[in-house]
Amino acid sequence: MALVVNEQQLNDIESVLQNDIIDLGVSCVVLIDMAGNILASRDNGSKKHDIYSLAALAAGNFGAVSAMAKIIGEDEFSLLFHKGKSENIHFSKIMTEFLLVTIFSNEVSLGFLRLKVAEAVSRITEIFSANGSP
Amino acid sequence: MAFVNPKTREVQIKIVYYGPGRGGKTTNLEYIYNKFNHRIKTDLVSLKTHGDRTLFFDFLPFDVGKILGYDVRVQLYTVPGQVKYDSTRKLVLRGVDGVVFVADCMAVVRRKNILSLKNLYENLSDYNKSIFKIPLVMQYNKIDLAEKGIPMLSPQILEKDLNAQLKAPSMVASALTGLNVIKTMKKIIMLTMPTVQGQLK
Repeated sequence: MALVVNEQQLNDIESVLQNDIIDLGVSCVVLIDMAGNILASRDNGSKKHDIYSLAALAAGNFGAVSAMAKIIGEDEFSLLFHKGKSENIHFSKIMTEFLLVTIFSNEVSLGFLRLKVAEAVSRITEIFSANGSP
Repeated sequence: MAFVNPKTREVQIKIVYYGPGRGGKTTNLEYIYNKFNHRIKTDLVSLKTHGDRTLFFDFLPFDVGKILGYDVRVQLYTVPGQVKYDSTRKLVLRGVDGVVFVADCMAVVRRKNILSLKNLYENLSDYNKSIFKIPLVMQYNKIDLAEKGIPMLSPQILEKDLNAQLKAPSMVASALTGLNVIKTMKKIIMLTMPTVQGQLK
């Protein structure tokens, strides 16, 4: 069995990633599924990341963190974020099967990013739901 | 679960190498990486302990060319074989499309092979997948050790222990020397592709 997202959905998702996330000043955003497959990605052209490895690691990392949450009696952690010296990664779950991974520099404030990511997540959820898939 | 992208005409398939600890799962991926590193654009990602044991998984994305006009990208993963890492092993299985079970031919690990296969059955069941239905290839690894006088399990015994009911395609191999490593990979890709082919237009 395969996950199939139609071309219109992908176009709409890419518009959301570009308009809501990249135009905010974010360097790279990747929509993946929990198996580590990449559904869509956008970047601002400043850096080239190995997004395939990133997707595999992000899915594994998210799974590990969710399992840790359950061990301590939480359904899941609401903020998943790794801070570096100049680059940071933010993870946001979409429905049950997807994950939005955002890479951004210190020039973008975490609070504003979370706000915009939440809006993007809501739009992407609508895109998936409107077509009855996946 | 494979992902078909109609826009970029790309298919992503997840293959997991499963089996007992120190069985040669990582060595399979290392051989593939070394053999094809001119074609593989990224590094082999390995999350391992200081003692070089797999802690979480190894990951190798691999472009296998076009099938029905789609670029097929196979994502090869290994699981940590050690019994204690069952929760991470289960995470790696999420969304799996095909499995290579790497059994160890050494007589001393006969029981570990059987327990690992049972563990695969249980972990797949947790994702509502059946070991009898998922594309599966059995690889009997470390056949090269026979020359060194180490007590080995014959392919017949391994078939009886592991494959009597499953009846999956099986082959002896040596991940260290490369014997049948690529053949194993080709076999699992060939078995897995039909499960997504219906979605390709």
